[in-house]
Amino acid sequence: MSVAIIGVGHSRFGARKDVNVPELAWEAIKPAMQSANVEQKDIDFMVVGTAGLWSSEAAVPPLLYEYGMFEDVGSMRVEAACATGNAAIRVGYTAIESGEADAVLVVGLEKMQESPNPTVIELIGRFGSYFWEFENFGLTFPGYYALHATAYMAKYGATEEDFAKVAVKNHHYGAKNPKAQFQREISLEQAINSPYVAWPFKLFDCSPITDGSAAVILASEEKVKEWGIEEKIWILSQGVGTGTANLSRRESFTSLKSASYAAEVAYRKAGIDIDAPYRQIDGADVHDCFTAAEIIAYEDLRFAKRGEGVELIREEQTYIGGRIPVNVDGGLKAKGHPIGATGVSQAVEAFKQLLNKAENGRQIDVKNGRYLAHNVGGTGHYTYVTIYGLEKR
Amino acid sequence: MEDLRRAAETNIREYGFPVAIDEKSGALQWVDMRDLTVKYIISIENIQNFFEGLKEGKLLATKCRKCGEVFFPPQKDCPRCMDEDMDWIELKNEGTLDTLTVIFVRPPSFAAYDPYTVAIATLEDGVKVTAWLKGDPKKIKPGQKVKIEVSRRKEGYFMYEIVPVEG
Ligand SMILES: [Zn+2]
Repeated sequence: MSVAIIGVGHSRFGARKDVNVPELAWEAIKPAMQSANVEQKDIDFMVVGTAGLWSSEAAVPPLLYEYGMFEDVGSMRVEAACATGNAAIRVGYTAIESGEADAVLVVGLEKMQESPNPTVIELIGRFGSYFWEFENFGLTFPGYYALHATAYMAKYGATEEDFAKVAVKNHHYGAKNPKAQFQREISLEQAINSPYVAWPFKLFDCSPITDGSAAVILASEEKVKEWGIEEKIWILSQGVGTGTANLSRRESFTSLKSASYAAEVAYRKAGIDIDAPYRQIDGADVHDCFTAAEIIAYEDLRFAKRGEGVELIREEQTYIGGRIPVNVDGGLKAKGHPIGATGVSQAVEAFKQLLNKAENGRQIDVKNGRYLAHNVGGTGHYTYVTIYGLEKR
Repeated sequence: MEDLRRAAETNIREYGFPVAIDEKSGALQWVDMRDLTVKYIISIENIQNFFEGLKEGKLLATKCRKCGEVFFPPQKDCPRCMDEDMDWIELKNEGTLDTLTVIFVRPPSFAAYDPYTVAIATLEDGVKVTAWLKGDPKKIKPGQKVKIEVSRRKEGYFMYEIVPVEG
């Protein structure tokens, strides 16, 4: 049973002190239902991806059930650190594929600014091995990826300036995205001169603390036909990988094994040549929680050979017009990174890009009709690679 | 946060509710009256030899008696053999630095410490260890020799650290 995305919604990302948790979610749910032309009674399962901890409400699916006046619908809250959004999509996707559901509402949501920044820094540092990494050594989320950045610099000769180029690119496109947290361009100098957060990362290498929501309506092929849906994209494949809790149990710090594995699974299932996947894909959203993470993603996704990911950013090959446009919605860096919403936001972006609905200056050329989303939880603790297409597999 | 709390306290008296206005957006916020302190109680019953070793300056791991797999962090169980017949072994003290980072923006629970260096090293027996790096992070690079030392932390308890080897 093929599964389609038939409607999408996306809140404005940022510091959303103007709304509470259900209000923020509704900003995405309402347009998703309207664009899919479905009503509450049409939805038979609801998946809510939210990591929580920093926000007050814990029973989020019932809260949205109540606020949105749903009825007779199953629900579940899903968590896979920063890959929570794609994990929520996976639950909806497999529920439809197995025949258990026909129409699923998937909501990704995070309201991180209900807690002060230091509390968020404290909580988000605990996404690895609590006892062996956090309790005694105080690793932080930027610190985890900085360990990879250092290893990548030492092995392949990348520089802090190379990393800054990723931030410049993503802010360039974020400036064109009306939903982005930072809708402004930055200069290379600005990025390089910002203060250190976790060496070699500076402030401008890091994604921000964000409130936001995104929603998609998934439907079975049968429902797509029955409802006469014209505007849709299909989920062609999804690969999912897991990494060890402790970084010390891993072989390499210049790649994320869970990501390489998830990519390979997704490519094979979608019938994409794993040696040059960028020839069959028109664009990608990759998990740039930190600048170096985007460069490592180029390699894990085989957009470049090992050690050559940095060349892609130096040569501007991931801008529109290059080998493969990456994060032309601003990425996590400029669009913002509301943990649970990020993966669903990537799906919304795939929908907009493939259907030529992206804003001026950030629409890719759609030639192959395929878009890729790479969503990493923790530091490769979970990776979801999802491939979307205009034509079903 | 402290500003918001103070404003809320004032507003309880003057307005009747614990509310405050968010400076940037001007939006009205309810400032939670309920505090939560989280402190976990974690069982180390099955790995207490590790801590005994640390007190003597040794870094211990578990080793499966059947298949020889070495576990660090130490595990009670060998999932390959579906057994828990383990020896405690002392890891090699010397190794090579894999990578490092300096944590400038610290979690509030580490506020008592200056910026600290977290490193990962591969010991000579192939086991990798994550710990703080002692000394100037600018003077060491991945690939250089390091050793493991145990000392008391500022907070008073024993912990292992990675120390560059001179020369
Ligand atoms: Zn064994």
